[in-house]
Amino acid sequence: MKLNVKKLVVMMGLTVSGLTVAHAEVRIGFVATLSGPAAALGQDQYDGFMLALEQLGGKLGGTEAKIFKEDDQLKPDVGVLAVRKFIEKDKVDLITGVTFSNVMMALAKPLSDAEMLFVSSNAGPAPLAGKQCNANFFFAAWQNDNQAEVMGQYATEKSFKKVYLMAPNYQSGKDQIAGFKRYYKGPVIGECYTQLNQPDYSAEIAQLQAAAPDAIYVFYPGGMGVNFVKQMRQAGMLGKQPLLSASTVDGTTLPALKETALGVLAGSFWGPDFDNATSRKFVDAFQQKYKRIPSQYAAQAYDSANLIDSALRKTGGKTTDKAAVRAALRAADFSSLRGKMKFGNNGFPIQDMHVFEVAKNTAGDVSLKTLSTPLKGLQDAYATECPLK
Amino acid sequence: MTLNLLLTQVLNGVQFGILLFLMAAGLTLVFGIMSFINLAHGSLYMLGAYFAAVAYGWTGSFWLAMAAAFFGLFALGALADALGLSILHRRDHLDQVLATFGIVLFCNELVRVVWGNAPLFMDAPPLLADSIEVLGLNYPAYRFAIIGAGLVVALGLYLLIERTRIGMLIRAGASNRSMVSALGVNIGWINRFVFALGAALAGLAGAMVGPILSIQPGMGEPILILTLVVIVIGGIGSIRGAFLGALVVGVVDTLGRVLMPSLLNQLFSPSVANAAGPAMASIGVYLLMIIVLAFKPDGLFPVRQR
Amino acid sequence: MTSMKNIRTWLAGLVVLAFLLVPVYVAITQDTYALTLFGRILVFALAALGLNLALGFGGMVSLGHAMYIGFGAYTVAILSTLGVHSGWVHLLVAMGVTAVVAVPLGWVALRTQGIAFIMITLAFAQLFYFVFVSLRNFGGDDGMTLEQASNFGPLTGNPYALYLATAACVIGAAYLISRIVTSRFGLVLRATKVSERRVNAVGTSSLSYRLMAYVISAELCSLAGYFLVNLTGFVSPAYMAWTVSGELIVMVLLGGLGTVFGPIVGAASLLLVEEGLKAYTEHWPLILGPAIVLMVVFLKRGLWGLLSDKTESVTTPGGH
Repeated sequence: MKLNVKKLVVMMGLTVSGLTVAHAEVRIGFVATLSGPAAALGQDQYDGFMLALEQLGGKLGGTEAKIFKEDDQLKPDVGVLAVRKFIEKDKVDLITGVTFSNVMMALAKPLSDAEMLFVSSNAGPAPLAGKQCNANFFFAAWQNDNQAEVMGQYATEKSFKKVYLMAPNYQSGKDQIAGFKRYYKGPVIGECYTQLNQPDYSAEIAQLQAAAPDAIYVFYPGGMGVNFVKQMRQAGMLGKQPLLSASTVDGTTLPALKETALGVLAGSFWGPDFDNATSRKFVDAFQQKYKRIPSQYAAQAYDSANLIDSALRKTGGKTTDKAAVRAALRAADFSSLRGKMKFGNNGFPIQDMHVFEVAKNTAGDVSLKTLSTPLKGLQDAYATECPLK
Repeated sequence: MTLNLLLTQVLNGVQFGILLFLMAAGLTLVFGIMSFINLAHGSLYMLGAYFAAVAYGWTGSFWLAMAAAFFGLFALGALADALGLSILHRRDHLDQVLATFGIVLFCNELVRVVWGNAPLFMDAPPLLADSIEVLGLNYPAYRFAIIGAGLVVALGLYLLIERTRIGMLIRAGASNRSMVSALGVNIGWINRFVFALGAALAGLAGAMVGPILSIQPGMGEPILILTLVVIVIGGIGSIRGAFLGALVVGVVDTLGRVLMPSLLNQLFSPSVANAAGPAMASIGVYLLMIIVLAFKPDGLFPVRQR
Repeated sequence: MTSMKNIRTWLAGLVVLAFLLVPVYVAITQDTYALTLFGRILVFALAALGLNLALGFGGMVSLGHAMYIGFGAYTVAILSTLGVHSGWVHLLVAMGVTAVVAVPLGWVALRTQGIAFIMITLAFAQLFYFVFVSLRNFGGDDGMTLEQASNFGPLTGNPYALYLATAACVIGAAYLISRIVTSRFGLVLRATKVSERRVNAVGTSSLSYRLMAYVISAELCSLAGYFLVNLTGFVSPAYMAWTVSGELIVMVLLGGLGTVFGPIVGAASLLLVEEGLKAYTEHWPLILGPAIVLMVVFLKRGLWGLLSDKTESVTTPGGH
């Protein structure tokens, strides 16, 4: 009897201590689109994140970081299962990544139900910036409309009179079109939504030709961008009028397009020719390690890792006090490769947006060249709808 | 929608139909002769595109890339058949569907491992890189070339099947294979040839779309479903059926995608119209198939079974 | 003969027990992920049981059964957005909707046979897939989050209750099918799989029997969808993709075509192997693909079929 009681007490003690001991490591769940036509984006996010982690010695906030990686296959239901696995099985402290906005919208509920800290390194849909904002969600990239807004501003500055708009038919695509129209007040002669991952645009390009616009604005990430630009070139449509774009020509699609894309304009928060120390360090390290020019997605994820690191440094590498981590994330006290940045009340950044042109860089590779900065200190249009302060 | 635009869209539909035909011809022959449902046909198409992209990367020549895809897939098809795919010929359709489903999973991942996730780069030859003025609109020369090539292949197949001795054997095999075998013809070699030819055609289709579409893992699945629709509408084993079925499906799909949103735009917001439009167009193709099958379960031009 | 049957009964009992022990495990270790994982397995086991009735016993190779999973799931989600939350109402409406679709659809499809039947079932599934994609108001391609689980009073949203309810339905369905296939109805059904012509020749309408079986199998898939949407809290057209139908067929074949308990074993095996492979390598299809091929070539009777007395296999789809 006595022996049994002793054993029982020891067992209980071990179990209790096992349940309450803090992780000697910080666990991060990384979910992104790593397969399918848009896989290059998710892969860049992962590579950018891991590069930052490597430069930090595998630690975030001074604590060993364990990364759990899942592929959402651009399917919202797969993304939901991945997040639930992170929460229920892997017991992560924070979740990051997420490439596409339709997946993001599906993840909002499970993340919010579990009160999980979340840092997005790409997706930034409008509902989460406005009414459905969440104190635990931080968006290290930009709000979906921002890239469109800067191109809209550019279109206004250039006084275009007949603009034709095209995007895929999902949350992000709709945000893009809405964003463009917010800053471009001129006439829009056509608005065309195509299917997500539709490969062939011949029918839509024919309609575009018939409309004879003086400028075109499109949003086609990943493989869609490659297809669209190629087909436009073959239809003789490039060079006739400016092609304004967002997420269509970037580090993930330019290797497949090369000279086909020269002259196309793009709006973004960062470009590989930026001149600050963080950015140069990032671009050089990325090129050396992965043998390709980093895209904005890699840059976003790199920043997200440094953001998380900066927050965890403030809480001593611990995630037990969520409110403290939240406040530290909000402070955004790190040097970002985009220059100045701070968070608004809804967890979205307030930053400068620029226009770039596809051109050859000094090494002779096809890349993005900074043209101008039409919008400085831009905050997204939905911050006022968010009840958070 | 002007008449010019409409005609251009019809042209687009025809071009898409020709592409479907290249895929369907191989698949319908294989199914007709060997009674073999090959869901991995889409993977052959994908491999053709990859072979072409790789050859293009090495040599910079578009024409060599085409040849690499065609002959490469011919060899691959013959090899696969010799190495054991022929076991599946004797199995029932369910087993074939499942086994080729497994092959599809494998091929997509293999391509991802070897060439990565990002799309590969391939360009049209300088000769065909521009556009031609057609009915007041610029139409890509390359797509004309696809239509031309497709018609040449169709003609070539027709001559092969209808006018040569081997074609006669193929037709006989489609009608009654045991009889042909009993007459002393090596049906095994015929099957291998047919399978290899089907693979080569699929590979050629994949190579031809390389310059206009993105070459990436999983590019074969959407085409595969439509190809199955084409051969069922056209009639299993019938080249003529495949040709006409492909044109019908191509035009219905393209025109549907274009006309439906315009139609719905009169009634709903652009976002709704553009969501429902392409979806309705896709539905149109399946409705067509259901109607055809309900009245003519063997398709529009069935091969007469004896 | 009887000893094989005893072994089968014992093994089946063990499997059922294993499933029932999962909640106990979770209660002790707080590893709630196990409830999600095994809950999914039970959902697909239920769907596979349904498909097996049509495919294994009726010889109907349907490449569109995932469509009914979608119907069950969407009914719950749509009713929820319309403010109807009662679990029983969800269930009844889902069953009703499925019947309304399955009866005419099955009737049209069963007029064809062979490859045409496979293609027509695929066509209908694709058709409804695109219908749901075009419904922007209900999420369209992006799907819908289920704001509130089906209301069952105090048990609402309780993961243990959900799991046990799913398990109960799986066991119930297996029992139901075992009674069906040995009944007169089942005997006629199995006869139609061997030769429809002969069944018609003796004066029985094979079409009505096959249609009945098709509708029952559809209802079971719909029930599976009902549980699935409550389990994941999310529904999208992806639930009705043709690849899901393909996976269901793999589960049925892996388990053993035409056996009662086989589909449960098949679903569990496939999903557990996938889960295991995914943890091992991100290139898991490189292993799973050939494994499926090998299974088809060598393991004709399926895992559970190895324990069967006789070989049940589909001779010609649709038979004649």
